[in-house]
Amino acid sequence: MLRIPCPWCGERDEIEFRYRGDASVARPAQDAGIDAFTAFVYERENRCGWHREWWLHVGGCHQLLWIERHTLTHEIRAAGGPGDT
Amino acid sequence: MQPPKRIARGLLTDAERPVGFRFNGRRLMGVAGDTLASALLANGIRLVGRSFKYHRPRGIVTAGPEEPSALVDLLGAAGREPNIRATTLPLHEGLIAESPNCWPSVRFDLGALNDRIARFLPAGFYYKTFMAPGWAWERIYEPLIRRAAGLGRLEAIVGRKAGPAETVHEHTDVLVVGAGAAGLAAAHRLSQCGLRVLLVEQDSVSGGGTLLDPRWTDWRAARDAALAGAPAVSRLRRTAVIGAYGHGVFGALQTLSAEESALFGGLRERLRIIRAKRVLLATGAIERLIAFPGNDIPGVMLAGAALDFVRRYGVAVGSRPVFFVNNDPAYEALFALTEAGVRCAAVIDVRASSHAADRARALGIEVRSGALVTAVRGRGSVRAVSIAGRDGAGRAEIEADCLLMSGGHSPATMLATQLGAAARWQESIAAFSADLAPSIGCIAGAANGIFGIAAAARDGEQAADAIALQMGCEAGRADPAVAAPELPPDPATTPLEALWEVRGRGKAFADLQNDVTTDDVRLACREGYAHAEHMKRFTTLSMAADQGRIGGLVGSAVLAQARGLPIAEVGLTKPRPFVEPIAFAALAGGEVREHFKPKRRLPLDAWHTAAGASFVATGLWLRPLVYAREPGWDPVLKEARAVRRAVGITDVSTLGKIDMQGPDAARFLDFVYANTFSTLAVGRARYGIMLREDGMLLDDGTTSRLGPEHFVVTTTTANSAAVLEHLEFQRQSAGARFDVLLADVGDQWAQFALAGPRAREVLAAVVSDLDLSNRAFPFMAAGAATIAGVAGRLYRISFSGELAYEVGVPATLAQQVWTALLDAGRPFGIVPYGLDALNTLRIEKGHVTGAELNGNTSAEDLGMGSMLKASGDFVGRALAQRPGMRAPERLQLVGVRPTQASRRLRNGAQLVAPAAVSSSLGYVTSSTPAVESAGWVGLALLAGGRQSIGRRLIAASPIHDESTEVEIVSPRHLDPENTRVRA
Repeated sequence: MLRIPCPWCGERDEIEFRYRGDASVARPAQDAGIDAFTAFVYERENRCGWHREWWLHVGGCHQLLWIERHTLTHEIRAAGGPGDT
Repeated sequence: MQPPKRIARGLLTDAERPVGFRFNGRRLMGVAGDTLASALLANGIRLVGRSFKYHRPRGIVTAGPEEPSALVDLLGAAGREPNIRATTLPLHEGLIAESPNCWPSVRFDLGALNDRIARFLPAGFYYKTFMAPGWAWERIYEPLIRRAAGLGRLEAIVGRKAGPAETVHEHTDVLVVGAGAAGLAAAHRLSQCGLRVLLVEQDSVSGGGTLLDPRWTDWRAARDAALAGAPAVSRLRRTAVIGAYGHGVFGALQTLSAEESALFGGLRERLRIIRAKRVLLATGAIERLIAFPGNDIPGVMLAGAALDFVRRYGVAVGSRPVFFVNNDPAYEALFALTEAGVRCAAVIDVRASSHAADRARALGIEVRSGALVTAVRGRGSVRAVSIAGRDGAGRAEIEADCLLMSGGHSPATMLATQLGAAARWQESIAAFSADLAPSIGCIAGAANGIFGIAAAARDGEQAADAIALQMGCEAGRADPAVAAPELPPDPATTPLEALWEVRGRGKAFADLQNDVTTDDVRLACREGYAHAEHMKRFTTLSMAADQGRIGGLVGSAVLAQARGLPIAEVGLTKPRPFVEPIAFAALAGGEVREHFKPKRRLPLDAWHTAAGASFVATGLWLRPLVYAREPGWDPVLKEARAVRRAVGITDVSTLGKIDMQGPDAARFLDFVYANTFSTLAVGRARYGIMLREDGMLLDDGTTSRLGPEHFVVTTTTANSAAVLEHLEFQRQSAGARFDVLLADVGDQWAQFALAGPRAREVLAAVVSDLDLSNRAFPFMAAGAATIAGVAGRLYRISFSGELAYEVGVPATLAQQVWTALLDAGRPFGIVPYGLDALNTLRIEKGHVTGAELNGNTSAEDLGMGSMLKASGDFVGRALAQRPGMRAPERLQLVGVRPTQASRRLRNGAQLVAPAAVSSSLGYVTSSTPAVESAGWVGLALLAGGRQSIGRRLIAASPIHDESTEVEIVSPRHLDPENTRVRA
């Protein structure tokens, strides 16, 4: 079970959060076209390594955060809010 | 006359306190402190059960939790509990246990026929033999096999029979698993560094290997006392760590002693979920079996088990034991038994010479060096042992009543493996050990491949220092309170010589619990299942509850030899959580029934109940289905008819309600809804549809503008949580673009729909501060209102298709408003209506719910394509425009009506053309009897539906054996011009 470091609440169990997908993809501009949105919604690298992903703390502060998680070891090396880099 | 079995004072037993119990119907006596296994052995009972597949007689092999064979059914007040290990089951007065998997009795078991025809039942036999005909597997083969194979019988323990259970959460700096020499030393050292320590031990006493060597008594007592006095140290005994789940999370199962259980209302087990910053695994090592023909006959045991039984319980496992060993530590059992007065017949040592053999010879015991056990004679019990030199010479037979084997000791690395530690082959101990990443923790003592008690204690201290350093603490200092006595020195040992198998005639078992022989392993290799994990699945080796603790490595070694590879390359199979067998009830803890799935009750639940409502569970909610107990459509249609003709009231408090405020609220709504909200005037409501980013419909509902920067969003009941989450994600992931805040107010506001041609008149009687005329408060008006003296909100929206209002009031005041509305409605014949009538009304009107908003439908499919705004960005905009999303052959929403009024519709019925009944064109999503006319009406999703109005199709429901001719019509069965809602 992941222990996710919420920037607002501290380290909490994974079950308090909802996974909200890849945080490394940015929503294309309004008129970027169907291909750009198809890539945004469907195309993922599924890489073995560090992965930045969104989690929503639904069982806590309701804030959105990202973490950098290693997809093989589950190690989390960084976390932040939407405004953090 | 058997010689006495209880020959010494046991460390844990009290010979003065006899304990009576029953085994297979026999009345027997043990003593306080016994396990069932030690009590059975003290009574001279060897035969405990029959094996999984061949029904061979099986006895006790080990003295601890690694026991593969001595499983019993326990009969108690709660029913029959299967597959309890006799070696860890504490004896108590009145205990009743039985042998599993035998009929008619454990001595004479008809299933043992399987053993005689075993060469026709090799591994993989089921897969290959029972192939055809296909139907026969479920009906004939599987039931037969299930009856013949397996161990204990499971009887459901449900409802009131379920005992109390609980889950406890633990937080600590360092979790130390195992309180042997390494664990005790490490925990003590860590506590001196100021770290919080949780020390868990599976055994009922701490000490591990030090319990078996009297020289260590003082050291153990000093450590125990120091830990008991350390405030930052918690200790748990009888607690097995059952799994390592990463990020420092571990599960552990604590078994309560009889005394503790009495204190906690009969609680027997407690699940502990442990969160630790680091872990120190001091889980020890597990002795291995040697595979030779007959190594499963009752009386063949691990040498270490004999040591445990004599030291802990004072029980001699036999009066004339033979040892078969390849290592020095195994001789400790020999020395202990000899000291207790047991005359050992011989030691068969694989090695040419060893320190331990010299010590044994000095005691006058015969040691045959460079020799092997080739066979065991006896069926229900060992009677003699055949031996031979490694060169084949010197064959002999030795009379014996038990055979104590030891193939070496394997570090217990199951938890480490679950934490991602790679296995590392250590030639010096012929076993795999593991290394943990420092950020996770350390492995110490025998679990780390460091054998010898003093060496393990020192290794434990070193591991503790490494962890302390890692965590930024100073290394532990010597505790003056425990003036460390010189550690008793470990005896000089000669290294072991790996020995896995002695090949000969007869079955040699590598897995005693699943009845897997070394021949099965070779067969797997020949069949192409040469990878260790494939071999595991083909043979089921190490797939039993003990996960191959004492024989898994033997299986890997045999496979390695068959493949001609070093064992290091073949490896061990991966152990899974749970490391220990655990009952579902213990995992569930207190989270059962309503504690697992709570019931959400409406604010007016008591009123609905008193009014005689039948309830239906929708999600977690309990909603009134119909205000009647009798089944059938009549009461539903009566309620619906009242709405169509006069007025009805229904509780829609389960709708999701989200309060949205901020300067950018309107702009944000424009972004998350497919239609426009920024143009909505204050005091008005609008129906909206929300898309997912892939262009599919997510949810629908009305949103009302209460102020320039204040909106109330309603969602469907089923999607309320998902929509709130979606909105929070969209709002926050957009960064600082939207200055708006959301709050879930679903529980704070009760909401009622008042519907029917007389609704305005009813409402007028309780609302004084608002002009309800059509001109002043038209269809889709919304605003604050005082309703029956309560400050609330009024929305003129309609789901039923009638003139209707939704009344929102604070949930705590719901009752007085509801009652006032009923009183005001009485002259008009008001009736409360339930979910069934609500559904009937909306189907006639052609409004959609979850059956149509099913995640696969687009706005276009449901006839709402024109709602998508032409300009401006919104979630789902781009992908909703994909050509395929607008293809005319997609399933589109239509209405259906049977052509004969006497025929009913079925939800899920497939729509087919009369000429091609095997290809589905769509299906019925919702259906109901019509309220005011004869016959049924329904909604359906039909390929190219909007082009098919007027077409006649068949609604086929094969499971009801029904085919009904239907006409495709507009989904708006009622009032397509929408005049009623504007009345």
